[in-house]
Amino acid sequence: MSRKLIIDPVSKIEGHGKVVVMMDDNNQVTDAKLHVVEFRGFEKFIQGHPYWEAPMLLQRICGICFVSHHLCGAKALDDMVGVGYSTGTPMLPTPEKVRRLAHYAQQLQSHVTAYFYCIVPDMLFGMDAAPQQRNVVGLVEADPELVKRVVALRKWGQEGIKSVLGKRMHGINSIPGGVNQNLSQEARDRLVNGEDGLISLDQVIDYAQDGLKVFKDFHDKNRAEVDAFAEVPALNMCLVDEKGNVDYYHGKMRIIDKDKNIIEELDYHDYLDYFSEATEEWSYMKFPFLKAHGREAGSVRVGPLARVNVTKSYDDSCPLAKAALEEFHDYTKGKANDMTLHTNWARAIEILHSAEQMKVLLNDPDLQKEDLILTPVDNAWTGEGVGVVEAPRGTLLHHYRANKEGNITFANLVVATTQNNTVMNRTVRSVADSYLGGKEQAEITEGLMNAIEVGIRAYDPCLSCATHAMGQMPLVVKVLGADGKMIDEKYRCAS
Amino acid sequence: MTVKITIDGQEVNARAGDNIVDVAAQNGVYIPTLCYTRGKPCLGTCRTCSVKVNGSVMAACTIPVREGMEIDVNGDEITDMRKALVELLFAEGNHNCPSCEKSGRCELQATGYEVKMMVSRFPYRFTPHPVDHASRSIWLERDRCIFCQRCVDFVRDKETNQKIFSINGRGTYARIEIDVELANKMPADQVREAAELCPVGCIIDKTQGYDVPIGKRKFEVKSIRERALGGGHR
Repeated sequence: MSRKLIIDPVSKIEGHGKVVVMMDDNNQVTDAKLHVVEFRGFEKFIQGHPYWEAPMLLQRICGICFVSHHLCGAKALDDMVGVGYSTGTPMLPTPEKVRRLAHYAQQLQSHVTAYFYCIVPDMLFGMDAAPQQRNVVGLVEADPELVKRVVALRKWGQEGIKSVLGKRMHGINSIPGGVNQNLSQEARDRLVNGEDGLISLDQVIDYAQDGLKVFKDFHDKNRAEVDAFAEVPALNMCLVDEKGNVDYYHGKMRIIDKDKNIIEELDYHDYLDYFSEATEEWSYMKFPFLKAHGREAGSVRVGPLARVNVTKSYDDSCPLAKAALEEFHDYTKGKANDMTLHTNWARAIEILHSAEQMKVLLNDPDLQKEDLILTPVDNAWTGEGVGVVEAPRGTLLHHYRANKEGNITFANLVVATTQNNTVMNRTVRSVADSYLGGKEQAEITEGLMNAIEVGIRAYDPCLSCATHAMGQMPLVVKVLGADGKMIDEKYRCAS
Repeated sequence: MTVKITIDGQEVNARAGDNIVDVAAQNGVYIPTLCYTRGKPCLGTCRTCSVKVNGSVMAACTIPVREGMEIDVNGDEITDMRKALVELLFAEGNHNCPSCEKSGRCELQATGYEVKMMVSRFPYRFTPHPVDHASRSIWLERDRCIFCQRCVDFVRDKETNQKIFSINGRGTYARIEIDVELANKMPADQVREAAELCPVGCIIDKTQGYDVPIGKRKFEVKSIRERALGGGHR
């Protein structure tokens, strides 16, 4: 008799998910599904709003990577008003650098949160440790000095965001064609010198290396288990600059295979020509894929692991991160790395990369200049825009259309967690297979549940962002009377 | 002529004929207002300035002071009544402060903070209100209109003195309208003044959006209470 194992809810991720593992009579795992059970609807309720509200309203989809959503929307609006990349107009240096600074600050604090608060307890205490210990409170007890450094690092990142956007969360800075303020000298000095309760920039670079040390210790002690844990194939995608290095703010979308051959490279404005999305009635989250390669073979991985796989190198201005990246590349001898837990290695590298990139920017006087807005010429309005950035969790896309009066008529958001949907499901299946496959007395142990969660958590999935099905979606609506009895029920399948 | 009145038990001298809002402000007592603009004729539409005068609830902006008036501004009952009035305004419209560009400059939002409103005690109506973007420079976001009528009375065509805005319909069917022909004649500074005069984000200047950074917006620099008590145009 076939069996079904359910883990609900999956914890320590952004949002809520459920995992179902199906087994056949021969005790083989036949399927494993990560169900995303939330529904949001941002793409629909932005319609009818003035176009300039989109980056302000849609960033509210997330409390973690809101800067990415804000910037993605802002880039789409640059296009829409006629001063964006789609029109071949380069952004003015000050606004671009201000936007980048906020973006790197967010990546720093987001990665630090995911890595140290959610992932490190798994590494430090082991996947089989009791949940009471395997959390950030357990980490405080085990290594209070590390936690103090982590809290200070995260705070510095958040203050970096606040310096640009005015608030630590959901601030406003980017407007069509530029930004509404530069980085003041006072704010810059505070971040560099570490005044007023902040650590200094030099301390940030020092603390930002902690993640790598933690990972290396863990990896050295558990090399075989870490490397064998959910090694799942996938194409890798991220934005790259002309040199083929990752660019978190702008570039071409590059997709590589296991041998790091470039199998597609595109201007993200053409994404609809390359990507399609599949839907399943058991999840609100869609499954994007490259049309030319099919649903399974064309699924891509995005996020830290994908980015360190795709990037050829880092700029010389980030020497520590560059050295860490070279070590990472050497480990798989030039091949793309498919080891799920190495995503955490990649995340630790990116913590350092973000800090070093911020160091470069904070020493750039362009940030204090006053030329903030590029004003469109008459009749420049295009009414349509696409913005893509590398959010902490991976490639994020916003696409808007507006009518001639400026009313948003269409919005499409393809978020990083959605891109990772297929590879996350592969990861869940791989873990389930290794724990349950072929065992006669298969039972759900704490270790299995933890392992599945660890596999999912490596992607740091933001399920709350990723659920915004358009049109027909799987939905059950019930109406109950005061006595608790059902009066009416409607069920709709995915289109 | 000077008259003696009491505000919350404190005896004060006031010039006869001045309205209660102004007299209270001159004596350091803040009364929230939304339709009233100092220096302009009172409209008396929003009732947010309700106080008790000799035991009766009245809109303070509409009442000239008279000898011997006893005015209750900060008693528990009248304070809660004003709060309820503000809550009703939030419940009636569709106010989405997080994405509204008037946030930080919005008198309704600032007043909500002043009356310590956390959430409306009344059910939100969620009535859809169509936007009107036919004018070249003004986006009319009807979801946010509180029918204060400031724009109706004080924004007029420079040439003919005709009204540019009007209220159409009655009761729950009332809605703010804009004369697009006249609106398109408005010079840029008049558009900006109209947007500034609107206490909420209903009249939006299409040429500007989120141009003032967080931390530098009107009521972040100086609160609505400080502005009311400081004299001059708010």
